[in-house]
Amino acid sequence: MIQIENVTKRFPGGHDALRNLSLNVDKGEMVFVTGHSGAGKTTLLRLIALTDRPTSGQVIVDGQDTRRVSRRNIPAYRRQIGMVFQDHKLLYDRPVFDNVALPLIIAGWSHRDAARKVRAALDQVSLLKKEKQFPETLSSGEQQRVGIARAIVTRPMLLIADEPTGNLDPDLSLEVMRIFRRFNEVGVTLLIASHDIALIDQLGCRRIPLVDGRLDHDEEEDVVAEYAERLQFERDRGEWPQ
Amino acid sequence: MAAIEPTGAPAAPRSSGPVGVWAVTHLSTAIGALGRLSRQPFASLMTILVIAVTLALPSAMHLLIKNARSISASWDSALDFSVYLKADTSIDAARRLGDIIELRADVERVTLITADEALAEFRAQSGFGEALDHLTVNPLPHTLIVRPGSANTELSIALLDEELGNLPEADLVQVDTEWVRRFHAILEILQRSIAIGSALLGAAILVIIGNTIRLDIQNRREEIEVAKLIGASNAFVRRPFLYSGLWYGLGGGLLALLLVRYGLYAIEEPVSRLAGLYDSPFSVLALNLEESLLIVGLGVTLGLVGSWVAAARHMRRIEPR
Repeated sequence: MIQIENVTKRFPGGHDALRNLSLNVDKGEMVFVTGHSGAGKTTLLRLIALTDRPTSGQVIVDGQDTRRVSRRNIPAYRRQIGMVFQDHKLLYDRPVFDNVALPLIIAGWSHRDAARKVRAALDQVSLLKKEKQFPETLSSGEQQRVGIARAIVTRPMLLIADEPTGNLDPDLSLEVMRIFRRFNEVGVTLLIASHDIALIDQLGCRRIPLVDGRLDHDEEEDVVAEYAERLQFERDRGEWPQ
Repeated sequence: MAAIEPTGAPAAPRSSGPVGVWAVTHLSTAIGALGRLSRQPFASLMTILVIAVTLALPSAMHLLIKNARSISASWDSALDFSVYLKADTSIDAARRLGDIIELRADVERVTLITADEALAEFRAQSGFGEALDHLTVNPLPHTLIVRPGSANTELSIALLDEELGNLPEADLVQVDTEWVRRFHAILEILQRSIAIGSALLGAAILVIIGNTIRLDIQNRREEIEVAKLIGASNAFVRRPFLYSGLWYGLGGGLLALLLVRYGLYAIEEPVSRLAGLYDSPFSVLALNLEESLLIVGLGVTLGLVGSWVAAARHMRRIEPR
Protein backbone atom coordinates (compact mmCIF):
# COMPACT_ATOMS: atom_id res chain seq x y z
CA MET A 1 0.00 0.00 0.00
CA ILE A 2 2.85 2.37 0.84
CA GLN A 3 6.32 2.18 -0.64
CA ILE A 4 8.93 4.63 0.55
CA GLU A 5 12.14 4.41 -1.45
CA ASN A 6 15.35 6.24 -0.55
CA VAL A 7 13.44 9.24 0.69
CA THR A 8 15.33 12.20 2.04
CA LYS A 9 13.63 15.32 3.30
CA ARG A 10 15.90 18.27 3.90
CA PHE A 11 14.41 21.42 5.35
CA PRO A 12 15.72 24.86 4.50
CA GLY A 13 18.65 25.45 6.81
CA GLY A 14 20.07 21.99 6.18
CA HIS A 15 18.25 19.90 8.76
CA ASP A 16 17.48 16.43 7.43
CA ALA A 17 14.17 15.17 8.83
CA LEU A 18 14.38 11.92 6.84
CA ARG A 19 17.62 10.39 5.58
CA ASN A 20 17.53 7.89 2.74
CA LEU A 21 14.56 6.11 4.26
CA SER A 22 13.02 3.04 2.62
CA LEU A 23 10.11 1.06 3.93
CA ASN A 24 7.01 -0.83 2.88
CA VAL A 25 3.54 -1.11 4.29
CA ASP A 26 1.41 -3.89 2.82
CA LYS A 27 -2.30 -3.71 2.12
CA GLY A 28 -4.31 -4.53 5.22
CA GLU A 29 -1.44 -3.91 7.64
CA MET A 30 -1.69 -1.91 10.82
CA VAL A 31 1.72 -0.37 11.40
CA PHE A 32 3.10 2.04 13.98
CA VAL A 33 5.82 4.56 13.25
CA THR A 34 7.65 5.11 16.50
CA GLY A 35 10.46 7.28 17.69
CA HIS A 36 11.19 10.36 19.76
CA SER A 37 9.83 13.70 18.72
CA GLY A 38 12.06 14.97 15.93
CA ALA A 39 12.73 11.45 14.65
CA GLY A 40 10.77 12.20 11.46
CA LYS A 41 7.40 10.54 12.18
CA THR A 42 5.31 13.58 11.30
CA THR A 43 7.44 14.39 8.26
CA LEU A 44 6.88 10.87 6.96
CA LEU A 45 3.10 11.20 7.34
CA ARG A 46 3.19 14.64 5.69
CA LEU A 47 4.91 13.18 2.66
CA ILE A 48 2.17 10.57 2.40
CA ALA A 49 -0.57 13.20 2.82
CA LEU A 50 1.23 15.42 0.27
CA THR A 51 1.33 18.36 2.63
CA ASP A 52 5.02 18.20 1.83
CA ARG A 53 7.25 16.76 -0.90
CA PRO A 54 10.45 14.75 -0.44
CA THR A 55 13.77 16.35 -1.37
CA SER A 56 14.70 13.10 -3.11
CA GLY A 57 13.41 9.55 -3.37
CA GLN A 58 9.91 8.40 -4.10
CA VAL A 59 6.73 7.82 -2.18
CA ILE A 60 4.21 5.44 -3.74
CA VAL A 61 0.77 5.21 -2.21
CA ASP A 62 -1.70 2.61 -3.48
CA GLY A 63 0.27 2.37 -6.73
CA GLN A 64 0.39 6.13 -7.30
CA ASP A 65 3.77 7.82 -7.49
CA THR A 66 3.17 10.97 -5.47
CA ARG A 67 5.70 12.86 -7.58
CA ARG A 68 3.22 12.59 -10.43
CA VAL A 69 0.34 14.06 -8.40
CA SER A 70 0.16 17.68 -9.52
CA ARG A 71 -0.88 20.52 -7.26
CA ARG A 72 -4.26 20.51 -8.98
CA ASN A 73 -4.82 16.85 -8.23
CA ILE A 74 -3.75 16.94 -4.59
CA PRO A 75 -7.35 17.41 -3.32
CA ALA A 76 -8.57 14.31 -5.20
CA TYR A 77 -5.51 12.39 -3.94
CA ARG A 78 -6.16 13.39 -0.33
CA ARG A 79 -9.78 12.32 -0.56
CA GLN A 80 -8.56 8.73 -0.91
CA ILE A 81 -6.82 8.84 2.46
CA GLY A 82 -8.38 9.15 5.89
CA MET A 83 -6.40 11.39 8.23
CA VAL A 84 -6.50 11.68 11.99
CA PHE A 85 -4.61 14.39 13.84
CA GLN A 86 -3.29 14.80 17.36
CA ASP A 87 -5.17 18.10 17.77
CA HIS A 88 -8.30 16.64 16.11
CA LYS A 89 -8.57 19.61 13.69
CA LEU A 90 -12.32 19.79 14.12
CA LEU A 91 -14.35 22.85 13.15
CA TYR A 92 -15.67 24.26 16.38
CA ASP A 93 -18.37 26.46 14.86
CA ARG A 94 -20.52 23.52 13.77
CA PRO A 95 -21.97 20.41 15.36
CA VAL A 96 -20.47 16.91 15.31
CA PHE A 97 -22.70 15.80 12.42
CA ASP A 98 -21.47 18.60 10.14
CA ASN A 99 -17.85 17.89 11.05
CA VAL A 100 -18.16 14.25 10.09
CA ALA A 101 -20.16 15.11 6.94
CA LEU A 102 -17.49 17.53 5.67
CA PRO A 103 -15.50 14.99 3.58
CA LEU A 104 -18.74 13.84 1.94
CA ILE A 105 -19.83 17.42 1.24
CA ILE A 106 -16.40 18.07 -0.28
CA ALA A 107 -16.87 14.97 -2.44
CA GLY A 108 -20.13 16.46 -3.72
CA TRP A 109 -22.75 14.75 -1.60
CA SER A 110 -25.80 16.65 -0.53
CA HIS A 111 -26.26 17.03 3.19
CA ARG A 112 -29.30 14.78 3.13
CA ASP A 113 -27.69 11.96 1.13
CA ALA A 114 -24.67 12.05 3.41
CA ALA A 115 -26.74 11.54 6.56
CA ARG A 116 -26.81 7.75 6.44
CA LYS A 117 -23.06 7.44 6.05
CA VAL A 118 -22.40 10.03 8.73
CA ARG A 119 -24.57 8.12 11.20
CA ALA A 120 -22.83 4.84 10.30
CA ALA A 121 -19.44 6.45 10.94
CA LEU A 122 -20.61 7.97 14.23
CA ASP A 123 -21.97 4.59 15.22
CA GLN A 124 -18.52 3.08 14.64
CA VAL A 125 -17.05 5.41 17.27
CA SER A 126 -20.10 5.19 19.58
CA LEU A 127 -21.03 8.85 19.24
CA LEU A 128 -24.38 8.45 17.53
CA LYS A 129 -26.19 10.25 20.33
CA LYS A 130 -23.93 13.29 20.20
CA GLU A 131 -24.31 14.27 16.55
CA LYS A 132 -26.07 17.55 17.40
CA GLN A 133 -23.52 18.64 20.02
CA PHE A 134 -20.71 21.06 19.34
CA PRO A 135 -17.15 19.72 19.63
CA GLU A 136 -16.37 22.03 22.56
CA THR A 137 -18.98 20.29 24.72
CA LEU A 138 -17.22 16.93 24.19
CA SER A 139 -14.32 15.44 26.11
CA SER A 140 -10.92 15.20 24.44
CA GLY A 141 -11.42 11.47 23.81
CA GLU A 142 -14.79 12.09 22.25
CA GLN A 143 -13.40 14.86 20.08
CA GLN A 144 -10.73 12.47 18.83
CA ARG A 145 -13.43 9.92 18.02
CA VAL A 146 -15.25 12.59 16.01
CA GLY A 147 -11.98 13.14 14.14
CA ILE A 148 -11.78 9.39 13.48
CA ALA A 149 -15.39 9.25 12.28
CA ARG A 150 -14.59 12.08 9.87
CA ALA A 151 -11.53 10.20 8.62
CA ILE A 152 -13.43 6.99 7.88
CA VAL A 153 -16.75 8.36 6.65
CA THR A 154 -15.66 8.10 3.02
CA ARG A 155 -14.42 4.52 3.64
CA PRO A 156 -10.80 5.07 2.63
CA MET A 157 -8.48 2.12 2.04
CA LEU A 158 -5.70 3.90 3.92
CA LEU A 159 -5.87 5.73 7.20
CA ILE A 160 -2.94 7.71 8.57
CA ALA A 161 -2.89 9.08 12.09
CA ASP A 162 -0.34 11.40 13.69
CA GLU A 163 -0.13 10.84 17.45
CA PRO A 164 -3.87 10.15 17.67
CA THR A 165 -3.59 9.39 21.37
CA GLY A 166 -1.10 12.10 22.22
CA ASN A 167 -3.54 14.03 24.35
CA LEU A 168 -5.46 11.11 25.82
CA ASP A 169 -5.10 9.17 29.04
CA PRO A 170 -4.24 5.43 28.80
CA ASP A 171 -7.84 4.15 28.95
CA LEU A 172 -9.04 6.52 26.22
CA SER A 173 -5.92 5.74 24.17
CA LEU A 174 -6.66 2.03 24.31
CA GLU A 175 -10.26 2.71 23.29
CA VAL A 176 -9.08 4.69 20.25
CA MET A 177 -6.66 1.91 19.32
CA ARG A 178 -9.42 -0.67 19.57
CA ILE A 179 -11.45 1.39 17.12
CA PHE A 180 -8.46 1.47 14.77
CA ARG A 181 -8.03 -2.26 15.04
CA ARG A 182 -11.67 -2.83 14.13
CA PHE A 183 -11.09 -0.91 10.91
CA ASN A 184 -7.97 -2.96 10.31
CA GLU A 185 -10.00 -6.13 10.70
CA VAL A 186 -12.19 -5.15 7.75
CA GLY A 187 -9.19 -4.46 5.53
CA VAL A 188 -8.22 -0.84 6.11
CA THR A 189 -4.48 -0.21 6.05
CA LEU A 190 -3.39 1.95 8.97
CA LEU A 191 -0.18 3.87 9.49
CA ILE A 192 -0.06 5.41 12.93
CA ALA A 193 2.66 7.63 14.33
CA SER A 194 3.00 7.28 18.07
CA HIS A 195 5.64 7.38 20.76
CA ASP A 196 3.48 5.45 23.23
CA ILE A 197 5.53 2.22 23.19
CA ALA A 198 3.65 0.67 26.08
CA LEU A 199 0.36 1.03 24.27
CA ILE A 200 1.74 -0.32 21.00
CA ASP A 201 3.18 -3.31 22.79
CA GLN A 202 -0.27 -4.05 24.13
CA LEU A 203 -1.58 -4.19 20.56
CA GLY A 204 1.24 -6.24 19.14
CA CYS A 205 1.43 -4.59 15.75
CA ARG A 206 4.45 -4.09 13.53
CA ARG A 207 6.61 -1.13 14.45
CA ILE A 208 8.70 1.08 12.20
CA PRO A 209 11.18 2.65 14.60
CA LEU A 210 12.74 5.91 13.43
CA VAL A 211 15.85 7.52 14.84
CA ASP A 212 17.04 10.80 13.33
CA GLY A 213 15.15 10.15 10.14
CA ARG A 214 16.52 6.65 9.64
CA LEU A 215 15.22 3.20 10.40
CA ASP A 216 16.61 1.96 13.67
CA HIS A 217 17.67 -1.44 12.36
CA ASP A 218 18.68 -2.92 15.67
CA GLU A 219 15.35 -2.20 17.17
CA GLU A 220 13.53 -3.18 14.02
CA GLU A 221 15.03 -6.65 14.06
CA ASP A 222 14.07 -7.06 17.67
CA VAL A 223 10.64 -5.74 17.00
CA VAL A 224 10.04 -7.93 13.97
CA ALA A 225 11.13 -11.01 15.84
CA GLU A 226 8.99 -10.04 18.77
CA TYR A 227 6.07 -9.30 16.45
CA ALA A 228 6.27 -12.67 14.71
CA GLU A 229 6.48 -14.39 18.05
CA ARG A 230 3.49 -12.58 19.42
CA LEU A 231 1.48 -13.10 16.28
CA GLN A 232 2.08 -16.81 16.45
CA PHE A 233 1.21 -16.77 20.13
CA GLU A 234 -2.05 -14.95 19.53
CA ARG A 235 -2.97 -17.14 16.58
CA ASP A 236 -2.42 -20.16 18.74
CA ARG A 237 -4.75 -18.68 21.29
CA GLY A 238 -7.29 -17.93 18.57
CA GLU A 239 -7.18 -14.17 19.06
CA TRP A 240 -6.63 -13.39 15.39
CA PRO A 241 -8.47 -14.78 12.42
CA GLN A 242 -6.28 -17.28 10.60
CA MET B 1 -22.35 -2.42 15.12
CA ALA B 2 -22.04 -2.85 11.39
CA ALA B 3 -18.51 -2.84 10.10
CA ILE B 4 -17.66 -0.20 7.55
CA GLU B 5 -16.23 -1.88 4.50
CA PRO B 6 -13.55 0.16 2.80
CA THR B 7 -14.37 0.91 -0.79
CA GLY B 8 -11.09 2.55 -1.64
CA ALA B 9 -12.74 5.08 -3.90
CA PRO B 10 -13.75 8.51 -2.78
CA ALA B 11 -17.44 8.58 -2.05
CA ALA B 12 -19.54 9.46 -5.05
CA PRO B 13 -23.09 10.72 -4.82
CA ARG B 14 -25.67 8.07 -5.57
CA SER B 15 -29.15 9.38 -6.15
CA SER B 16 -29.34 12.55 -8.25
CA GLY B 17 -27.42 13.14 -11.46
CA PRO B 18 -24.34 15.35 -11.72
CA VAL B 19 -26.34 18.46 -12.59
CA GLY B 20 -28.66 17.93 -9.63
CA VAL B 21 -25.69 17.48 -7.32
CA TRP B 22 -24.04 20.58 -8.73
CA ALA B 23 -27.19 22.62 -8.22
CA VAL B 24 -27.75 21.32 -4.70
CA THR B 25 -24.12 22.00 -3.76
CA HIS B 26 -24.30 25.55 -5.06
CA LEU B 27 -27.68 26.24 -3.52
CA SER B 28 -26.58 25.01 -0.10
CA THR B 29 -23.34 27.00 -0.36
CA ALA B 30 -25.30 30.11 -1.35
CA ILE B 31 -27.70 29.69 1.55
CA GLY B 32 -24.82 28.94 3.89
CA ALA B 33 -23.05 32.15 2.82
CA LEU B 34 -26.25 34.12 3.34
CA GLY B 35 -26.64 32.54 6.77
CA ARG B 36 -23.10 33.59 7.74
CA LEU B 37 -23.76 37.18 6.67
CA SER B 38 -26.96 37.24 8.69
CA ARG B 39 -25.11 36.05 11.78
CA GLN B 40 -23.17 39.32 11.70
CA PRO B 41 -26.04 41.60 10.71
CA PHE B 42 -24.38 44.89 11.64
CA ALA B 43 -21.09 44.32 9.84
CA SER B 44 -22.88 42.90 6.78
CA LEU B 45 -25.33 45.80 6.64
CA MET B 46 -22.50 48.31 6.87
CA THR B 47 -20.75 46.71 3.91
CA ILE B 48 -23.98 46.57 1.93
CA LEU B 49 -24.77 50.19 2.81
CA VAL B 50 -21.36 51.40 1.64
CA ILE B 51 -21.83 49.55 -1.65
CA ALA B 52 -25.36 50.90 -1.98
CA VAL B 53 -24.28 54.52 -1.49
CA THR B 54 -21.41 54.03 -3.93
CA LEU B 55 -23.83 52.67 -6.53
CA ALA B 56 -26.57 55.20 -5.76
CA LEU B 57 -24.35 58.25 -6.32
CA PRO B 58 -23.65 57.73 -10.03
CA SER B 59 -27.20 56.43 -10.51
CA ALA B 60 -28.61 59.66 -9.10
CA MET B 61 -26.27 61.75 -11.27
CA HIS B 62 -27.34 59.73 -14.29
CA LEU B 63 -30.97 60.47 -13.44
CA LEU B 64 -30.19 64.17 -13.16
CA ILE B 65 -28.70 64.18 -16.67
CA LYS B 66 -31.56 62.11 -18.00
CA ASN B 67 -34.10 64.58 -16.64
CA ALA B 68 -32.13 67.58 -17.91
CA ARG B 69 -32.12 65.98 -21.36
CA SER B 70 -35.82 65.38 -21.25
CA ILE B 71 -36.40 69.05 -20.38
CA SER B 72 -34.12 70.27 -23.14
CA ALA B 73 -35.80 67.88 -25.57
CA SER B 74 -39.06 69.73 -24.98
CA TRP B 75 -37.17 72.97 -25.68
CA ASP B 76 -35.86 71.60 -28.93
CA SER B 77 -39.34 71.19 -30.36
CA ALA B 78 -40.21 74.72 -29.27
CA LEU B 79 -37.36 76.24 -31.25
CA ASP B 80 -39.08 78.80 -33.40
CA PHE B 81 -37.64 80.48 -36.46
CA SER B 82 -38.30 84.19 -36.76
CA VAL B 83 -38.54 85.05 -40.46
CA TYR B 84 -38.36 88.83 -40.84
CA LEU B 85 -39.90 89.77 -44.18
CA LYS B 86 -38.71 92.56 -46.43
CA ALA B 87 -40.25 95.92 -45.65
CA ASP B 88 -42.13 96.09 -48.97
CA THR B 89 -44.00 92.85 -48.35
CA SER B 90 -47.70 93.45 -47.97
CA ILE B 91 -49.78 91.95 -45.20
CA ASP B 92 -51.66 89.77 -47.69
CA ALA B 93 -48.45 88.50 -49.28
CA ALA B 94 -47.11 87.73 -45.79
CA ARG B 95 -50.26 85.81 -44.89
CA ARG B 96 -50.13 83.82 -48.18
CA LEU B 97 -46.47 83.02 -47.65
CA GLY B 98 -47.25 81.84 -44.11
CA ASP B 99 -49.94 79.50 -45.43
CA ILE B 100 -47.55 78.07 -48.00
CA ILE B 101 -44.82 77.46 -45.44
CA GLU B 102 -47.28 75.83 -43.11
CA LEU B 103 -47.95 73.17 -45.79
CA ARG B 104 -44.40 71.88 -45.48
CA ALA B 105 -44.06 68.49 -43.80
CA ASP B 106 -41.27 69.67 -41.50
CA VAL B 107 -43.28 72.63 -40.20
CA GLU B 108 -45.85 72.38 -37.48
CA ARG B 109 -47.30 75.88 -37.38
CA VAL B 110 -46.71 79.35 -38.74
CA THR B 111 -47.86 82.48 -36.90
CA LEU B 112 -47.90 85.91 -38.50
CA ILE B 113 -46.94 88.87 -36.40
CA THR B 114 -47.79 91.98 -38.39
CA ALA B 115 -45.69 95.11 -38.18
CA ASP B 116 -48.44 96.84 -36.21
CA GLU B 117 -48.69 94.03 -33.69
CA ALA B 118 -44.93 93.98 -33.32
CA LEU B 119 -44.87 97.71 -32.71
CA ALA B 120 -47.65 97.46 -30.15
CA GLU B 121 -45.82 94.71 -28.34
CA PHE B 122 -42.57 96.63 -28.45
CA ARG B 123 -44.33 99.74 -27.15
CA ALA B 124 -45.81 97.79 -24.26
CA GLN B 125 -42.63 95.97 -23.29
CA SER B 126 -39.80 98.39 -24.00
CA GLY B 127 -40.99 101.51 -22.18
CA PHE B 128 -40.16 103.67 -25.19
CA GLY B 129 -43.86 104.38 -25.66
CA GLU B 130 -43.69 108.18 -26.05
CA ALA B 131 -40.57 108.15 -28.14
CA LEU B 132 -42.24 105.75 -30.54
CA ASP B 133 -45.15 108.17 -30.94
CA HIS B 134 -42.80 110.50 -32.78
CA LEU B 135 -42.17 107.97 -35.50
CA THR B 136 -44.09 108.65 -38.66
CA VAL B 137 -43.46 105.25 -40.19
CA ASN B 138 -43.45 101.85 -38.54
CA PRO B 139 -39.87 100.66 -38.98
CA LEU B 140 -40.72 97.07 -38.05
CA PRO B 141 -41.33 94.38 -40.69
CA HIS B 142 -43.99 91.71 -40.71
CA THR B 143 -42.63 88.54 -39.09
CA LEU B 144 -43.49 84.88 -39.57
CA ILE B 145 -42.89 82.70 -36.52
CA VAL B 146 -42.22 79.23 -37.92
CA ARG B 147 -42.35 76.29 -35.49
CA PRO B 148 -40.66 73.16 -36.90
CA GLY B 149 -42.28 69.77 -36.44
CA SER B 150 -41.05 67.56 -33.61
CA ALA B 151 -39.74 64.88 -36.00
CA ASN B 152 -36.96 67.13 -37.27
CA THR B 153 -33.31 66.21 -36.95
CA GLU B 154 -30.48 68.67 -36.59
CA LEU B 155 -29.83 68.29 -40.32
CA SER B 156 -33.41 68.90 -41.43
CA ILE B 157 -33.56 71.93 -39.13
CA ALA B 158 -30.47 73.34 -40.83
CA LEU B 159 -32.08 72.65 -44.22
CA LEU B 160 -35.28 74.39 -43.18
CA ASP B 161 -33.21 77.33 -41.96
CA GLU B 162 -31.49 77.58 -45.34
CA GLU B 163 -34.67 77.29 -47.38
CA LEU B 164 -36.47 79.90 -45.34
CA GLY B 165 -33.50 82.23 -45.86
CA ASN B 166 -33.70 81.67 -49.63
CA LEU B 167 -37.29 82.86 -49.88
CA PRO B 168 -37.39 86.06 -51.95
CA GLU B 169 -39.63 87.75 -49.36
CA ALA B 170 -37.34 86.88 -46.44
CA ASP B 171 -35.02 89.55 -45.18
CA LEU B 172 -33.52 87.76 -42.21
CA VAL B 173 -34.08 84.37 -40.59
CA GLN B 174 -33.17 84.14 -36.96
CA VAL B 175 -33.10 81.13 -34.74
CA ASP B 176 -31.47 81.21 -31.34
CA THR B 177 -30.06 77.75 -30.97
CA GLU B 178 -26.68 78.74 -29.54
CA TRP B 179 -27.68 78.50 -25.90
CA VAL B 180 -29.36 75.14 -26.44
CA ARG B 181 -26.16 73.87 -28.04
CA ARG B 182 -24.18 75.16 -25.08
CA PHE B 183 -26.56 73.49 -22.70
CA HIS B 184 -26.12 70.20 -24.55
CA ALA B 185 -22.36 70.61 -24.47
CA ILE B 186 -22.48 71.14 -20.73
CA LEU B 187 -24.63 68.03 -20.33
CA GLU B 188 -22.14 66.11 -22.44
CA ILE B 189 -19.26 67.19 -20.20
CA LEU B 190 -21.27 66.31 -17.10
CA GLN B 191 -22.11 62.92 -18.52
CA ARG B 192 -18.47 62.14 -19.27
CA SER B 193 -17.45 63.27 -15.79
CA ILE B 194 -20.07 61.00 -14.31
CA ALA B 195 -18.84 58.11 -16.42
CA ILE B 196 -15.30 58.67 -15.11
CA GLY B 197 -16.60 59.07 -11.56
CA SER B 198 -18.64 55.87 -11.93
CA ALA B 199 -15.59 53.93 -13.02
CA LEU B 200 -13.70 55.18 -9.95
CA LEU B 201 -16.62 54.32 -7.68
CA GLY B 202 -16.82 50.88 -9.30
CA ALA B 203 -13.16 50.37 -8.45
CA ALA B 204 -13.96 51.49 -4.90
CA ILE B 205 -16.66 48.81 -4.66
CA LEU B 206 -14.16 46.20 -5.84
CA VAL B 207 -11.78 47.28 -3.09
CA ILE B 208 -14.50 47.34 -0.44
CA ILE B 209 -15.74 43.86 -1.28
CA GLY B 210 -12.23 42.52 -1.78
CA ASN B 211 -11.18 43.80 1.62
CA THR B 212 -14.29 42.45 3.34
CA ILE B 213 -13.72 39.03 1.80
CA ARG B 214 -10.02 39.15 2.70
CA LEU B 215 -10.91 39.69 6.38
CA ASP B 216 -13.49 36.93 6.11
CA ILE B 217 -10.87 34.55 4.71
CA GLN B 218 -8.44 35.46 7.50
CA ASN B 219 -11.11 34.79 10.13
CA ARG B 220 -11.84 31.40 8.63
CA ARG B 221 -8.26 30.44 7.95
CA GLU B 222 -8.37 27.41 10.21
CA GLU B 223 -11.51 26.10 8.54
CA ILE B 224 -9.95 26.51 5.10
CA GLU B 225 -6.82 24.66 6.23
CA VAL B 226 -8.80 21.75 7.63
CA ALA B 227 -10.98 21.54 4.52
CA LYS B 228 -7.91 21.51 2.26
CA LEU B 229 -6.26 18.91 4.48
CA ILE B 230 -9.12 16.49 4.00
CA GLY B 231 -9.25 16.99 0.26
CA ALA B 232 -11.19 20.14 -0.52
CA SER B 233 -10.28 21.68 -3.87
CA ASN B 234 -9.52 25.38 -4.25
CA ALA B 235 -12.89 25.78 -5.98
CA PHE B 236 -14.64 24.23 -3.00
CA VAL B 237 -13.05 26.50 -0.40
CA ARG B 238 -13.44 29.55 -2.65
CA ARG B 239 -17.12 29.02 -3.38
CA PRO B 240 -18.64 30.30 -0.10
CA PHE B 241 -16.62 33.51 -0.40
CA LEU B 242 -17.80 34.07 -3.97
CA TYR B 243 -21.36 33.72 -2.74
CA SER B 244 -20.67 36.19 0.08
CA GLY B 245 -19.45 38.64 -2.56
CA LEU B 246 -22.53 37.96 -4.66
CA TRP B 247 -24.84 38.65 -1.72
CA TYR B 248 -22.99 41.85 -0.83
CA GLY B 249 -23.29 43.04 -4.43
CA LEU B 250 -26.94 42.05 -4.75
CA GLY B 251 -27.85 43.63 -1.41
CA GLY B 252 -25.91 46.78 -2.32
CA GLY B 253 -27.59 47.02 -5.73
CA LEU B 254 -31.10 46.61 -4.36
CA LEU B 255 -30.48 49.07 -1.54
CA ALA B 256 -29.07 51.55 -4.08
CA LEU B 257 -32.35 51.35 -6.03
CA LEU B 258 -34.22 52.03 -2.82
CA LEU B 259 -32.01 55.03 -1.99
CA VAL B 260 -32.52 56.52 -5.46
CA ARG B 261 -36.25 55.85 -5.26
CA TYR B 262 -36.51 57.67 -1.92
CA GLY B 263 -34.34 60.51 -3.14
CA LEU B 264 -36.70 61.00 -6.08
CA TYR B 265 -39.67 60.78 -3.79
CA ALA B 266 -38.21 63.62 -1.74
CA ILE B 267 -37.77 66.00 -4.72
CA GLU B 268 -40.84 64.97 -6.70
CA GLU B 269 -43.22 67.37 -4.99
CA PRO B 270 -41.12 70.57 -5.21
CA VAL B 271 -40.29 69.76 -8.84
CA SER B 272 -43.91 69.36 -9.82
CA ARG B 273 -44.70 72.63 -8.00
CA LEU B 274 -41.95 74.35 -9.99
CA ALA B 275 -43.20 72.78 -13.21
CA GLY B 276 -46.68 74.03 -12.30
CA LEU B 277 -45.31 77.57 -11.96
CA TYR B 278 -43.93 77.30 -15.51
CA ASP B 279 -47.17 75.74 -16.78
CA SER B 280 -45.06 72.74 -17.82
CA PRO B 281 -46.35 69.16 -17.86
CA PHE B 282 -42.83 68.03 -16.85
CA SER B 283 -42.60 65.32 -14.24
CA VAL B 284 -39.47 63.69 -12.83
CA LEU B 285 -38.26 60.61 -14.71
CA ALA B 286 -37.44 57.66 -12.48
CA LEU B 287 -35.08 54.76 -13.27
CA ASN B 288 -36.68 52.43 -15.78
CA LEU B 289 -36.53 48.65 -15.56
CA GLU B 290 -33.43 48.35 -17.74
CA GLU B 291 -31.51 50.88 -15.69
CA SER B 292 -32.59 49.25 -12.45
CA LEU B 293 -31.48 45.83 -13.67
CA LEU B 294 -28.21 47.37 -14.82
CA ILE B 295 -27.51 48.79 -11.36
CA VAL B 296 -28.33 45.52 -9.59
CA GLY B 297 -26.37 43.55 -12.20
CA LEU B 298 -23.42 45.88 -11.76
CA GLY B 299 -23.54 45.34 -8.00
CA VAL B 300 -23.60 41.57 -8.42
CA THR B 301 -20.80 41.60 -11.00
CA LEU B 302 -18.56 43.82 -8.89
CA GLY B 303 -19.33 41.65 -5.85
CA LEU B 304 -18.32 38.49 -7.67
CA VAL B 305 -15.22 39.99 -9.26
CA GLY B 306 -14.08 41.59 -5.99
CA SER B 307 -14.48 38.38 -4.01
CA TRP B 308 -12.89 36.32 -6.78
CA VAL B 309 -9.79 38.49 -6.81
CA ALA B 310 -9.54 38.45 -3.02
CA ALA B 311 -10.11 34.70 -2.83
CA ALA B 312 -7.60 33.94 -5.58
CA ARG B 313 -4.98 36.17 -3.93
CA HIS B 314 -5.35 35.02 -0.36
CA MET B 315 -6.58 31.44 -0.64
CA ARG B 316 -3.44 30.24 -2.39
CA ARG B 317 -1.33 31.21 0.59
CA ILE B 318 -3.36 29.09 2.97
CA GLU B 319 -1.91 25.61 2.81
CA PRO B 320 -2.27 23.02 5.55
CA ARG B 321 0.75 22.84 7.86
